[in-house]
Amino acid sequence: MTESMVRAEGVHKRFGRLEVLKGISLDVRAGEVMCLLGPSGSGKSTFLRCINHLEKIDAGRLYVDGELVGYRQAGDTLHELRDGDVCRKRAEIGMVFQRFNLFPHMTVLENVTEAPVGVKGVRRADAIARAEELLARVGLQDKLRNYPAQLSGGQQQRVAIARALAMDPKLMLFDEPTSALDPELVGDVLDAMRQLAADGMTMVVVTHEIGFAREAGDTLVFMDGGVVVESGNPRDVLANPRHERTRSFLSKVL
Amino acid sequence: MSGSADTQQARAPAGRPDDVKAVPVRHPGRWVSGAIVVLVGAIVVNSVATNPRFGWGTVGHYLFSSRILDGLRVTLELTVIAMAIGIVLGVALAVMRLSPNPLVKGASSFYIWFFRGTPVLVQLLFWSFIAALYPRLSFGIPFGGPELWHGSANAVITPFVAAILGLGLNEGAYMAEIVRAGIVSVDEGQTEAAQALGMTRLRTMRRIVLPQAMRVIIPPTGNETISMLKTSSLVSVIAYPELLYSAQLIYDVNYRQIPLLVVVSIWYLVLTTILSIGQYYVERRFGRGTARELPPTPLQRLRRNLAIRHAAVEPPAASEERR
Repeated sequence: MTESMVRAEGVHKRFGRLEVLKGISLDVRAGEVMCLLGPSGSGKSTFLRCINHLEKIDAGRLYVDGELVGYRQAGDTLHELRDGDVCRKRAEIGMVFQRFNLFPHMTVLENVTEAPVGVKGVRRADAIARAEELLARVGLQDKLRNYPAQLSGGQQQRVAIARALAMDPKLMLFDEPTSALDPELVGDVLDAMRQLAADGMTMVVVTHEIGFAREAGDTLVFMDGGVVVESGNPRDVLANPRHERTRSFLSKVL
Repeated sequence: MSGSADTQQARAPAGRPDDVKAVPVRHPGRWVSGAIVVLVGAIVVNSVATNPRFGWGTVGHYLFSSRILDGLRVTLELTVIAMAIGIVLGVALAVMRLSPNPLVKGASSFYIWFFRGTPVLVQLLFWSFIAALYPRLSFGIPFGGPELWHGSANAVITPFVAAILGLGLNEGAYMAEIVRAGIVSVDEGQTEAAQALGMTRLRTMRRIVLPQAMRVIIPPTGNETISMLKTSSLVSVIAYPELLYSAQLIYDVNYRQIPLLVVVSIWYLVLTTILSIGQYYVERRFGRGTARELPPTPLQRLRRNLAIRHAAVEPPAASEERR
């Protein structure tokens, strides 16, 4: 339990009448790479967005590093966290989006240094040194002064990974990081993620990349209709799916 | 192109056999319309140059007279101050209008409804006659509390203050809509990415959303500034000597209305031209990061055109241009 980086207990989420999450319970250990797999509309991305409180949950409990997400418990009552506290917690969780969401009016270097300087109060010179190091790690050391629009999708996504890492997060969330990329650009982004996994980062990855899930993932969770259908070692789940629903999904994507 | 084994390309330098040499279509209509434009232009220039009632000598005499230049300065002051008030007010009203609090949102909507719904000329007159409505202005705790300061409305709301209030408060309503459109135009993913990095709402607005909204906000704001420059002439109705009223004061005495109105028009044209050029460069500055390459400045364009014209003399560059 103390090992848990993310712990979900019966998490429910509704958008109006539509119940997107119908009781998700799972554990992500520190250092674990968990891949969430499932058809679109199964609630994977919504669950991911609940972890850093971009969405509020309606029922259940969600903990990151042993602390409730978005709330404070005093006795039996929950108190919503103030904006500032929510921001502080989000700063410890990195997130990478399907559409990159780089800041188009800033250079690559400014994209990566903006939050460390502005949110964490890191000295600018230190932030720049760290950003240069991170960008070199994802192979973009010669793009520091470029604007995002001048980069390919794969390069933009690697900048987005560096931007998230610049906050020294204890947990990284990936929301379909390769779905908006041309097939030939997917490899570089997956390589950056593999390296991150090998360095021991705790990662929750929503993806359709079965290969990545099999090689880099410690756990594979298959979701459908807002519930976890099955989970386990990626090789086992992919080779011998126990549920009919998993089997039919895998037969379509493999 | 060089070194290609393609037969057609290999033959190209010797004059391609299928080169198109056709008789171009004649466009007699273009000649006719061009001739009409030249004719009308000549008539206008002739009448302007030969009609003595334009009083070009008088125009020259007053163009740089100190009274006109004083009026010009006042017009610029009014424009700058009123736009500054309008922009600050506009940003505040736009953020209020996007607030989740219905009362705050309602207040902003009401303000915009009221100030957009009445003519600015009427508003200017209202402010200048405000002393008739509230002869005594005071500042303190309302509803019978102690008074910290008070003064007569006539002393506080001078014609200058009335002009600034009338123009600025009215402009705020228009700027609010422009700023709101800009904020709404920024992709929601930007806010999410900023929040995911731990930025507060205020910081996200200031560092991420507003700078991007600027690209949408700047062009209409430039138009508003140019429009404000001209709208400030309405202040003449409350007898404050900006550019137009300064000219009116002069022609009330010497009855040379037309030459003085020409002087005024020339100055407005000069100022709007300068503002338009400034607007181009400001737009370019805020276009950073949206296009792969910034549009060239007129100077750069001139240089490039000269370079092309220069290169066109040499055959390889000429074929380059044909593509």
